[in-house]
Amino acid sequence: MTKRAVRRWSRGTKAALVLASAAVITAGCGSSGSGSTGSVGGQSGGPGLTVPTANLPVLQKIGKGEGKLNLIAWEGYLQPEWVKPFEQQTGCQVNAKYAGSSDEMVALMKNGGGGQYDMVSSSGDADLRILYAGDARPVNINLIPSWKDFFPAFQSPSFNTINGVHYGVSLQWGPNVLMYSKKAFSTPPTSWSVIYDSKYKGQVTVPDNPIQIADAALYLEKHQPSLKITDPYELTQPQLQAAVSLLAKQRPLIEKYWGLASQEIFDFKNGNATLGAGWPYQVSALKADKFDIGDTIPSEGATGWADTWMLAAKAPDINCAYMWMRYISTPKVQAEQAVNYGETPDNKLACSYMDKIQAGSCDQYHANAPLSYFKSIALWKTPLATCDNGKPDCMPYSEWVSAWNTEVK
Amino acid sequence: MTTTTAPDLGKERGGIGLRVSSALWRRPWARATILLTPPLAWFILVYLAALVVLLITAFWQINPFTENIVRVWNVGNFTQILTTSAYRGVIVRTVGMAAVVTVVDAIVAFPFAYYMARIASRRTRTALFVAILMPLWASYLAKVYSWLLIFTHGGLLDWTLGHLGLGQVHLIYTNWAVFTVFAYIWLPFMIIPVYAALERIPGSQLEASQDLGARTWMTTRKIIIPLALPGIVAGSIFTFSLTLGDYITPLLVGGTSANFMGNIIYTNIGTANNVPFAAAMAMVPIVIMAVYLLSARALGALEAV
Repeated sequence: MTKRAVRRWSRGTKAALVLASAAVITAGCGSSGSGSTGSVGGQSGGPGLTVPTANLPVLQKIGKGEGKLNLIAWEGYLQPEWVKPFEQQTGCQVNAKYAGSSDEMVALMKNGGGGQYDMVSSSGDADLRILYAGDARPVNINLIPSWKDFFPAFQSPSFNTINGVHYGVSLQWGPNVLMYSKKAFSTPPTSWSVIYDSKYKGQVTVPDNPIQIADAALYLEKHQPSLKITDPYELTQPQLQAAVSLLAKQRPLIEKYWGLASQEIFDFKNGNATLGAGWPYQVSALKADKFDIGDTIPSEGATGWADTWMLAAKAPDINCAYMWMRYISTPKVQAEQAVNYGETPDNKLACSYMDKIQAGSCDQYHANAPLSYFKSIALWKTPLATCDNGKPDCMPYSEWVSAWNTEVK
Repeated sequence: MTTTTAPDLGKERGGIGLRVSSALWRRPWARATILLTPPLAWFILVYLAALVVLLITAFWQINPFTENIVRVWNVGNFTQILTTSAYRGVIVRTVGMAAVVTVVDAIVAFPFAYYMARIASRRTRTALFVAILMPLWASYLAKVYSWLLIFTHGGLLDWTLGHLGLGQVHLIYTNWAVFTVFAYIWLPFMIIPVYAALERIPGSQLEASQDLGARTWMTTRKIIIPLALPGIVAGSIFTFSLTLGDYITPLLVGGTSANFMGNIIYTNIGTANNVPFAAAMAMVPIVIMAVYLLSARALGALEAV
């Protein structure tokens, strides 16, 4: 876009210049003239906040399907293995729109999905932003029978259920793991301290994402008890500052902040990085390429994600959406997606189906893991200005973004 | 026009047509208005309207939590850009990179263009043209990725240096890599205008210079470079502004210090969802280019473009 604009610009340099400065003047006048048309107040998030869509009526009975379903999803979440049978059973044609980041999902869901999208498979760090913006609508969980087979932690988690109202149905979850090249590490690292260790200068790769601050906070929670961090997503000003300083000190060690999973795969394969933070997806992709990659959840625990199929406030195909929630929650489909993507299902009956698909996969993806494993993973959630204890001392996500952009990078 | 099929009507229409055309002939401003309206309307609607919307957005904010746009007029975004040292650093880094890329491209392009315009045979010239234009047909991404493969650890560059016994440089994810790729990708945009300017210099002027006793260097300095200057400036507008706006090259081959203005705009739209701030940041290259073009005009460099 830029290129074309610039080319056009220089073709008639002088004329364009005159017109461009006219544009500057016009806009200047506009800004002083029209005054405030503000529509949204300064919400900061927390108990004082209400979900604008909380009182919308929920569906009482699933009716006839609309014949189509428009879904925003992570890549890998709408594989033909489980989408095809759904289409055949329900006659709902699934149209996929893949998003690359939580923030992109929030953007696509603006205006209730715009009357275009029905659902989004968003992660815990995006869910609250979507539902407090009024872009998600309440879900009648009684219409989804498999929901009662979910692990209790995922039945009404705080990131998709507010005051007992569900805004979607939980899907799957997984950890952000410490990845290492087995060639460089004969003994597996057991602590996240390796990615902050100057010994590995120029070999570390971590995600280019403000939520990475939580990884540093999780590390400090264990290594600097004096900071009194209890939740890596609820940081006061000094705690956020400590995490950001740790990341700023880490910066010279970083070979690359990766933006795409494929970038991290490239860097491990080519030896640009030997150590880093990543998703199970990269691990399985590298293993599939016969690269000697190791992955571990270090002693400090790890951050992770928990995804939810959220229902758009203006979903045009609501019956098909409910059929999808019902279908995607069943143990067999949960198992298919878990094995295919390398994550943990929310339905506790999925384990035996997983082993049928791939022996040992239930163990491998922790589908039968004890509560202690679950507790070692700090699942992504939106950092809010109001801490869980009700005090307004926590730093909201916007502060995280600006700290990441101006102090870390 | 329609006279052959319906003579009577045609006559009448011809009468109106004649009256209209004579009225227009008497009023040149009306003629100009009719002629200019369609292209101007197009320009204003498609190009300027988008710019104006961008400018207005820059004076808004977002709700930090829900990320909805809050339409309250203020200059907060601009204050933030100008008072945050990280953003000032990004601006300085971007302008510096654009300037270095432009200067290096001009230095590389000049002898190349001179050879093409004044020395090479016709056939060589065609071959060189194809060589310059061919990369422009290839995908931008393919070119950047091929440089990624050259720079990567154990890639072509390190492999070659290693075999020559010169050690390894590990250029990947450094601003040296970003600079090299920029200079490579924008080079044709410099060569072509410089070539066009050099080709237009009349041979008689060079002969006159030599007849008056000027040596090669003197002729180059006093005749060729001044006459080629409009071409160099035209090329520099391309290389400078293209570097100012690009974010893909730093994203792919740049490292931890590869935050350029384009990247700030990209992350604010793509990940932070802060369109007003991105719009304010997008104003910075526009202002820089406006200053650049104005000073080029003041130097008289645009007269012959």
